[in-house]
Parts: sequence; structure tokens; C-alpha cells
Amino acid sequence: MLAYVIRRLGALVVILFGSSFLLYNLSAVSTDPLAELRLSDAQNKEQLILNLTRELRLDLPPPLRYFIWLRGVLGIFVGNPNFGLTREQEPVVDAILGAIPTTIRLVFVATIVAIVLGIALGITSALRQYTRFDYGMTFFAFLLFSLPIFWVAVLLKQYLAIDFNDFLVTAKISPPWIIGLSIAAGFFWAAIISGTRKRVTLIFIGVFIANSIFLTALSASEWFSYPRLGPIAIAVLGVGIAFGVTYLSVGLSDKNALKTTLLMAAIGTISYFPAQAVLNSNRPRLGMLVLFVVLVLVSIAGAWLFARVDRGPVIRTSIITSSLIGLLILVDRMMQAWRPYVESDDVNFRPVATIGQSRVWLTEVPFWVRVLDFAMHLILPTLALTLISFAGYIRFSRGTLLDVLNQDYIRTARAKGLTERTVIMRHAFRNTMIPLTTIMVGDIAGIVGGAIITERVFAWQGMGTLFNKAINTFDLNLLMGVILFLSTLAILANLVADLLYSVLDPRIRVGAGK
Amino acid sequence: MARNKKEVEIVNEANENAIANKETEGLSQGQIVFRRFIRHRAAMISVVFLFTLIVIVYTALDWRIGDKDEPLFTIPGWWKYGFEDMPDLRFEDCPGGTVGCPSIDAVPFLDGDGVSLGDHPFGQDDIGRDYLALVMRGAQRSILVMFIIGIIAATLGTVIGAIAGYFRGWVDAILMRLVDFIITVPVIIIGAVIGFHFGNKGAAFLALLLGLFAWTGLSRLVRGEFLTLREREFVDAARVAGASNRRIIFKHILPNAVGVIIVSVTLLMSGAILLETALSYLGFGVVAPDVSLGLLISTYQDAFTTRPWLFWYPGLFIIAIALCINFIGDGLRDAFDPRQRRRLSRKDKANARQGKSRAEVA
Repeated sequence: MLAYVIRRLGALVVILFGSSFLLYNLSAVSTDPLAELRLSDAQNKEQLILNLTRELRLDLPPPLRYFIWLRGVLGIFVGNPNFGLTREQEPVVDAILGAIPTTIRLVFVATIVAIVLGIALGITSALRQYTRFDYGMTFFAFLLFSLPIFWVAVLLKQYLAIDFNDFLVTAKISPPWIIGLSIAAGFFWAAIISGTRKRVTLIFIGVFIANSIFLTALSASEWFSYPRLGPIAIAVLGVGIAFGVTYLSVGLSDKNALKTTLLMAAIGTISYFPAQAVLNSNRPRLGMLVLFVVLVLVSIAGAWLFARVDRGPVIRTSIITSSLIGLLILVDRMMQAWRPYVESDDVNFRPVATIGQSRVWLTEVPFWVRVLDFAMHLILPTLALTLISFAGYIRFSRGTLLDVLNQDYIRTARAKGLTERTVIMRHAFRNTMIPLTTIMVGDIAGIVGGAIITERVFAWQGMGTLFNKAINTFDLNLLMGVILFLSTLAILANLVADLLYSVLDPRIRVGAGK
Repeated sequence: MARNKKEVEIVNEANENAIANKETEGLSQGQIVFRRFIRHRAAMISVVFLFTLIVIVYTALDWRIGDKDEPLFTIPGWWKYGFEDMPDLRFEDCPGGTVGCPSIDAVPFLDGDGVSLGDHPFGQDDIGRDYLALVMRGAQRSILVMFIIGIIAATLGTVIGAIAGYFRGWVDAILMRLVDFIITVPVIIIGAVIGFHFGNKGAAFLALLLGLFAWTGLSRLVRGEFLTLREREFVDAARVAGASNRRIIFKHILPNAVGVIIVSVTLLMSGAILLETALSYLGFGVVAPDVSLGLLISTYQDAFTTRPWLFWYPGLFIIAIALCINFIGDGLRDAFDPRQRRRLSRKDKANARQGKSRAEVA
């Protein structure tokens, strides 16, 4: 294993050398940093050209210049790397290190949401193969495949930011919207659950009525102007989470697990009150940590008490439940910051931001307002990136699950008389996750690369901006820095994907042979 | 209930299989694939739609053969304006005091008159150029780029993958390292570097260069196919019969790998059209005075609130083209997939349930 990793890392160096040589020469041959100067009519034109030539070593042919650049980079092995300076005489390393957090923030949430939603929809679609829902999902995924992200982004800016901000002025949902949204929700759930026509109609009507009442209540109570969850909503949602997680994780027939998760819902609701004090303290980050550690410890203890046999799954279920409830408490805390946020001068009642990564705060603002500000700026780019990337996960998880469901061991599991839930969640889903995990990890570099367009559309200052700047200003050092970073990321992600595959699937032995 | 249904399905499976097998009796592989593809409804609709769209797009504008300003002769297009013409801007009856709004009337009879195109169906841009002509020109560029990238990448990817997979050894090592060099850099980055420097040399040249970097994924797939296929008996048989390497590669192995190649190339093409639009959007692709769909969107994205048509039409064309290609690719994948059985119609299923084969019914 170790030998394998070392061999792969060695290959990494060779590949990086090759690809950087290729791209360095490609961009060096085709750029002419002097073009602008040649056209200028400055008095000391000759001198300026000479200076720039000397500074960028343009007197040498590109392959030789590459080795000058490479010498600096190879300093990484003696602890003294030198990636060169940008055209503004700033070290390239600093520029890239400054841009990475922004790009990570942009990509991270979108990737998680895309993975979770994509897998959920893909699996539902596979379990409902050849139904209207399945066809609908297939069409939806293909549509998303065909969407240019910059086009989606403009639509999102208009309909989700500008129009939603307009809506927030009154925060009243008009009856046509309520009916429209409820019909959509009814169709969605009826299509997922399916069954006989009578059952589908009943589900549709039920969801339609419930949704209408819910939206009307939200509208009447001005929830969108004063969003909050409060202990009651957390208790209700907590019970829902308890049932949902238990069902998916161990099945509702496991009474011990159900008792534990319901207890967690109760404890989570009670912990809402002390949590407020913790989260409002001077150290909110520490407060969050404490909250989660306590919740996890309590859930382990609770599971330990209730479950006599087979403790592992129960503990897992109860930890998931309490973590989700903890998240609800955090969301509630963020919602409490809503009014101060929208009322502040910088925001002025238009909370959903269309561009930028945060608003300029002239004054010191409370921690939670700042968090909310980040969240509000993340919404649109995250949605755009999610929409684009989760189509792949829908298709892939659907295809993989269908493949797995055709395997003999699934038939064996069914023949043993296991419940459908156990067959799907324990036998099929886990095996679906093996190729999915590797695909996800392998995708990371591509997503970061693809964020270039997103950053441009939403005016974020990340890797994409650096890349654009490097190309437009003929900044070869910066360009190579960005490319080197991205290709290293790609190769490392591939290596991690291969290693993960061998960890997840014992049939694959990494480094075997040769 | 669900379980009950499943049992019935298993019982029926044998009968259904019999029906499916009956249908493929005496047909060549190509005929089977073709039949399966014809039966894929979404894919067939996409083929027809895409073909119509391509014909409409390429016949819309005048074709000038020879010198651009003084052509030898001109093949007239069906649309009266060219993308460089500048008719007068329309000021009257536009909503909200905007100018150059679309004159298309697609709502039949509700507003008093029937369906009509009007003078500028898609509206006009800032300086009065007809937007239909611009969108047509942009779609021409995008489709051209798509096909050039597809053809070059397919050729290179197939040949290089085939050589690497067939000969193995040091040839394989060298070619695959070359693939590694290219594949590690995200394609949009390579595209941007190329596009920035060569975008002004025209869309076709840009597509040519992009194609030179787009073949890597395909070549890996083809190599994988060749590595397994070359161990099969029919290859040994061909070799014993004295076939040359070239003959074995192109006549014996390649036809067996063609499914993988075709499917992968269609997906590559739908990626190519999005790549071109994305690059043009970033300013690294097709540049003015030429027109591309991505460039149009990029130019007019800020006009969305006031003159949304400038934004909608190019976008819809991109989506329509990419969506068609994706569906065709899906249809091809299903058609080439040997495990894929035809989904039987309700009538067939009913027959299967009663234990009758189609022949008996007929």
C-alpha cells in the first residue's frame, strides 16, 4: 500500500512536470506581453520594452524560460519554493493562498447539497424505474446537463434575488402562488409515492391541502419578515427527523432505536434554551462546538441505555438525529439575526445578494449577523453550481443502483425474506456508494475548475478571478501557479479516489500486480 | 402488495424474454442496434428536431462564396437580414419604453391577429442589428464548433486509444502519459488559454485547437476496450490467418468498440457546445465582430431586466441543441447496451402474462 502511494506520488511529479511544460510553452509561445507597449506612443518606449524584456526574461526562448520557472518551483524540495512574482510584484503563493478560501467556500456547500440531493433523487428515480417520476427525473437531469451555468445564473439573479427581495417587502404569498406551489408539491409527492390511481389522487389532495394551509399560515404570520423556528417548531421537526432517520437507518420496527431518537428529539428541544445562552456568548464558535459535543455525547449515552443488543446502529441513528436537531438550533439562531440584518443600512431590506461574497461592513457586526451575511451571499452561486452539478449525480446514482439491484446477492437478500427497506438501504445502497464515492472525489478538481465561470458571474474573488486576471494581463507566473494548483488537486483527488475505492471495496486490491 | 407484484413479474420474465428474443432473430448486430434506437422515442424526436434545427439555422442567412465583400455568387438565405445588416431600430409599441423588441406573435388569435413573424421576430440589438440573424449566425458557429471538436476528438481519441491498447508496452506508456499531461488540467482552463490567444483567428480554427485537447477521455475508454478485446479468440484467429496489425485494429477490433465510441462522442459534443459558449462568455472564445451564442448572452446579460429577449433566445438555442444531443446519446447508449432489453408495451405484457408469445397472437 505504502509502496503504491509512493509510486503514485512519483508519477504525480512526472505528470505535473509534463503538463506544466506543455501549458507553459503553449501560453508563452502565443502571448506577447510587449504587444501593448509596441503600440504605445510613450517617449521612452524603447526603454520600457527593454525593461519588460529583462524583467520577464523575454530574451530567452520559452522552453528555457520554463526551466527558470521550474528552478524556483523545485525549491519546494529544499524548503524554499519560489513560484515567482505576479506582474504586481506580489508572490504568486500569497495570491493563490488568498484565493483558496473563497473558492472552497463557494464549492463546498454546493458540492454537499448536490451530492445529497442528487443521490436522493437518483435513488428514488431508480426505485421508481419506468414511472412518470423516473421519466420526469431523466428529462430534468438532461435539461440540467444542457444548461450553461452563466445563463442559469442570470435567471437566478432575476427570479430568486431581485423578485424574492421584492416579495420580502410585503412577505404576503398571493393565492395564485399558494395554489400553484401546492399543486407542484402535490404532483411531486404523488409521483414519488405512486401506486394505484386512488392512492395517488388521495396523496395529491392531501399534500395539496397540507401545503396550502402551511403556506397560508406562513404568509399570514408574516414568517418571511420575521423568520424563526422556536422550540415548538424544533420539537415538531425533531420528531419528524427522529422517525425519518430511524426509518432509513434501522427501520421503524426497531423499537429501541425509535425510543432513543424520540428521546433525542425531546432532549434537543430542551437544549434549545441553554443553547441560546451558549450561542450568544462571546465565543460563539466554541459555543457551537460545545453544543454539538454535548448532543453527540448525550445521544451515545441514550443509545447505550436503550439498546441492549446491536448498539452500533442505534448509536449511529441517534447521533445523526441529534446532529440534525443541533443544526436546526443553529438555523434558528441565524434566523434570529434576520431582523438586525435586513434592517441594517448596508442591506436595506434586500437580503438576497446578487453579486459579491460579503457586504462591506463599515461597523463591527455581531457574529451571527456576519454568518447570515455569508449565507445570503452563498445562496445564488450555490444554487447555480448545485443545479449544474447534481444532474450527474442523479444519473449516476440511478444507473449504479439499477446495476446493483440486478445482482444476485440482492435476489438472495430478498429470498431470505428481508424487508424491502433492509434490502435497499443495507444491501443495495451501500454498494451503490462505492463507485459514487470515487466519482465524487474525482470530480472535485473539475468542480473547482468549473467555478471559474460562477465566480465571474457572481463577482467572487477566488481562483477563477486570479485565472482570468493572469490570462488577460499575460501574467505567466500567476497563470502557471493556478494551473499547477488545479492539476495537483486533480491528481491528488484521483489518488484519493483510488485509495478510497480499495478501502470501501475489499475486492479491489490497490497496487496488486506488477 | 409490492412483493406480490414482483413475483408476478418474475414469472412473466421468461415469457417476455421469449418475445424479446423472437424480435431479434436473424438480424445483424447493426440492425438490432438500429431498431432499438428507432424505438427510443425521446432520441428519435431529438434526431428529427436537431436535423430540422440545423437545416433552419444554416439556410437562414446568405452564403457568400468567395470574397466576403465581393462574392463570386451568393446563395440567398430564407431570412431577409444578414447578421451584419443594420436596419432601423424599432421604437414604437415596445413595452416599458424599450427599443427593438421582438415582433414575433406566437399567440394565435387571442390578441386579434394570427401567428406572424413580423419584421424582427427576435427583436433587435442596441445598434439595430436583427437579432434573429445574430442568433442564427451564433447557432451556426456553435454547431460548427461542436462538430469540428467532435470529429477531431473522435478521430484522435479512437486512433490513439486503439494504438495504445493494441500495442501496449512502451507505446502505451508514452501515449497514456501524454493523456495524463492533458487530462489533469481542467478542460475549461486549457480552453481559455487556447481561446484567449487564438479566438480571433475564427471559430473553426478555435474548434480545431480545442479538438486537439478534447480527445483524452475518449482515448482512455477506447484503450480500455482494446485491452480486453485484443485477448479475445477472434483476434487470435485473425492473427493466425495472417492479418496485419492495421487490419486487426480497424476491421476486427474497432467495430466491436464502436458503441462505446459513438456514445462517448455524442456526450463529448454536448460538452463541446457548452464549452464553446462558456469560453465565449468568458471572452476567451469567439470574439466580435463574429457572433456566437455565448458571446450574445455575455453581451446582453445586463439587459435582462429591460430587454429579456436579448437573453432568452440565444440561451434557448444552446439548450435545445445540447438537450437534443444528450437525448440522442442516451438513445444510442441504450441501443448499444447488450443488457438492455426492450421495455415491452402494455399489450406485450398482457400477452406474456397469459403465456402467449407474439407469434401465437399473430
